[in-house]
Amino acid sequence: MSFGGGLAAWTRREVVQRRGWLDDPQFLSGYALSQLIPGATNVNLAVFIGTLMRGASGAVAAFAGLTALPVAIILAAGALYLHAQSNSAMAWLSGILGGMGAVAIGLSLGTGVRLARRNLRGVVPFAITAVVTTAIGILGLPLIQVLLVMLPVSLFAAWALPRR
Amino acid sequence: MIATLLRLAALFGFLSMLAVGGGAGIIPDMQRAVVDRYQWMSATQFLDMFAISRAAPGPGSLIVVLIGLKVAGLLGAAVSFLAMFAPSCLAVHAIARTWHNAARSRWRPVLERALGPVAVGLTFASGLALMRGTEHEWTAWTVTGVSTLLFSFTEINPVVLLIAGGSIMLLIG
Repeated sequence: MSFGGGLAAWTRREVVQRRGWLDDPQFLSGYALSQLIPGATNVNLAVFIGTLMRGASGAVAAFAGLTALPVAIILAAGALYLHAQSNSAMAWLSGILGGMGAVAIGLSLGTGVRLARRNLRGVVPFAITAVVTTAIGILGLPLIQVLLVMLPVSLFAAWALPRR
Repeated sequence: MIATLLRLAALFGFLSMLAVGGGAGIIPDMQRAVVDRYQWMSATQFLDMFAISRAAPGPGSLIVVLIGLKVAGLLGAAVSFLAMFAPSCLAVHAIARTWHNAARSRWRPVLERALGPVAVGLTFASGLALMRGTEHEWTAWTVTGVSTLLFSFTEINPVVLLIAGGSIMLLIG
């Protein structure tokens, strides 16, 4: 039951410190892998931990354990939403969802600010972020085109520039 | 029906492989496909679903379950879920046991540093694309602006913000 982040720190406390399933270097390298592989970081991390502990069955168990309840909840919420759209309850529901949508956009932008303060050091990373933001967020270019150009650019910059 | 399921599977399977840096970056492409190309729903409905997926527990990419449910019922939800999560989970599973040695290579910090600025840009872009996609009135602008500031610079719980935003718009809308 994780709302909006912070799960990795909690997972580390449970898996490394309290239960001793993995040691800290294992956990950290798994966390790095989970971020490098596309997809939800927490889900990837659960599959990583499950695989190291019990192989394929562990991976399936970890995946199911992490996603079963959220999927059930979102299915219920989705069914309610689709039902409400077809009757008069939608009038006030659309007000609430409009406000939640406006906040959800703010959460994305705020997450960007948080990540930027933690990750961006120097002019070149800032420029890369600005180009990606503009290309997709303002010009509306397809993600794959932007990634095909900007991932190599960013890799080259990370390799060529001294670490700050 | 089969054609729709195949479309869902192809769309989310493709996007799942592009979901670098956590997954927020695929939202603009998802919106374009779901709203403009296939016209499965309006931009407002897409933003509704985005908000629901942020308010619910679990990864934000569970928005694909909502889309699948609307487009093709429970089967659509299941197909979308598998298409979104199977590729990355199989990749992690395949690499997990050999990763630890590779993890010590000097490429790993370079990869991580390279991904950072791109992921930050993708996160900003997803917020901007959602804003462009829907009609944003001044009240919504204000709510977006205030929640951006609060979430950027305080440790406020996102669900508290979502509930507050929903309540405010219900009262004044």
